[in-house]
Amino acid sequence: MTPYQDLLQFIFSGLTSGAIYSLIALGFCVVHNTMGIVNFVQVDFVTLGGMLLFSGLFSFGLPMPFALAAAIIGVTLIAMLVEWIGIRPSRSDNQLVLIFLTIGISIILRGLMKLIWGKNRMAVPPLSGEEPIRILGATIMPQAIWILVLTALAICGLVLIFRHSSIGLAMRGVAANQEAAAIVGLHTGRVKAVSFGLAGALGGLAGVLVTPITTLNYDVGVLLGLKGFAGAILGGFGSFPGAILGGVSLGLLESLTAGYLSSAYKDVVAFVVLLLILFVRPKGLLGR
Amino acid sequence: MLKLNNISKRFGGLPALSEVTFYVTKGKITALIGPNGAGKSTLINCISGIIPADQGSILFEEKEISGLQAHEIARRGVARTFQNLRVLPRLSVLENVLCGLTVKSDHSFLKAMLRLPALRHQERFLRLKAMESLDLFGLTKKADWPMAALPYGDKKKVEMARAFVANPGIVLLDEPVAGLNSEETARIGVLVKQMRTAGHTMLLVEHDMELVMDISDHVVVLDSGRCIAQGTPEEIRHNPLVLEAYLGKIGAAA
Ligand SMILES: Nc1ncnc2c1ncn2[C@@H]1O[C@H](COP(=O)(O)OP(=O)(O)O)[C@@H](O)[C@H]1O
Ligand SMILES: [Mg+2]
Repeated sequence: MTPYQDLLQFIFSGLTSGAIYSLIALGFCVVHNTMGIVNFVQVDFVTLGGMLLFSGLFSFGLPMPFALAAAIIGVTLIAMLVEWIGIRPSRSDNQLVLIFLTIGISIILRGLMKLIWGKNRMAVPPLSGEEPIRILGATIMPQAIWILVLTALAICGLVLIFRHSSIGLAMRGVAANQEAAAIVGLHTGRVKAVSFGLAGALGGLAGVLVTPITTLNYDVGVLLGLKGFAGAILGGFGSFPGAILGGVSLGLLESLTAGYLSSAYKDVVAFVVLLLILFVRPKGLLGR
Repeated sequence: MLKLNNISKRFGGLPALSEVTFYVTKGKITALIGPNGAGKSTLINCISGIIPADQGSILFEEKEISGLQAHEIARRGVARTFQNLRVLPRLSVLENVLCGLTVKSDHSFLKAMLRLPALRHQERFLRLKAMESLDLFGLTKKADWPMAALPYGDKKKVEMARAFVANPGIVLLDEPVAGLNSEETARIGVLVKQMRTAGHTMLLVEHDMELVMDISDHVVVLDSGRCIAQGTPEEIRHNPLVLEAYLGKIGAAA
């Protein structure tokens, strides 16, 4: 292998994990923008995506495309349910209370998942083929290509929803000023539930894409979620382009560190760099 | 059209509104005046559901609306502007006005998702309506500006455009010219009159007596949360109670 091929290999793998972090980071941003809070249930949306995919494939015998769609829709509905029965009844505007609620719900969900799916690690097959593909001298798994392609599609979808649909306008309206949103007739609670659903879809997609290359258990989302959270902060919490840039940067940082230093240090180095960047730019790369 | 009966509201122990009763007639401009702190904004907030009234009834088009939430009241056709602006700063001017059309939109998100082509058509129609409203307020050229880039006076106009765009049953205007210079004030006065000619019903809270006397059909005077007088502008101008309320305050301030 030439140094050039090595670099290409590291960049591919960095982009792949970066795409996953970006999806999770976007989920954090969607809810933050409408409710002003960090939603820690986001990490469990990731796990749930993997779990529902597993069950769809093996308990219900669905073919992969259907199992995938069902898993994402399932997480979306569960996420809306979380807002509806877990957050809204508190009728609180206190952001600390709301954030604490999300932590509590996250712990409960993880307990439920442990009950339903057990503590064992499970394996989910990739979307298609296990034969690596050679591109420009680097080898990549088909799953990595799926990850990049579906993430790109999800981002396009998100932009379309936010820029060109009335639901997107409603979400941006509620994000900008809740009182103004209410007096033009927006049911702010329902808009928030939709933003939870969207965050669930993003987290669920991350989960179904990543679990075939990691393994799956009831808390697989926690570390991934933390990375997604870090990516969101790195990019400037709340900014969509920032979430994508932050997630991808973090993924690249990790994979380059793992490649050129040692994989034992990849988390440490990635987070040290993250801290340094935040010392210089406290608002994050693209924060307002 | 709009009937307020015995509206009362306390903040802590302090009464902000005490048994306020008056009617707003369809197609007319009813002015609500009174010294600072009289409770005018509080009354507007109660009508629009931003804060609940403690007691009393609010009938809009013969239906009780007190106790409903703000978004429900908006959907019944009650639009408003705010004394100290509630625009949507990160959105464009056009998008702000488009938001005003939410009340007309189909509220089912699922349906909206399923009917994308029909929605496209509807979206074009909504944009057209929003642009018409912006045109009326002389903001066509700034339609794509980010809200934050507008001067204060234009922001007030955008709020008005947003309030009128959906053709609501009544528009509550809370001090539309506060903070504007005399030229802009005159311009807003013309616009408000134009809106009445177009058939809109308005409840106008205003400090500027000259403007009020010039454009309103009916005047209600509030002082310390009580309705102390109402009548035509001419009657109000000569009402000793009103003179006392106003002169008293000015006297105290001097
Ligand atoms: N949200 C609130 N909480 C407590 N007191 C309030 C609130 N809003 C208004 N008030 C009080 O109610 C009174 C009436 O205020 P307001 O309705 O704003 O008067 P106006 O609009 O006529 O100048 C004032 O004494 C004000 O301090
Ligand atoms: Mg006021």
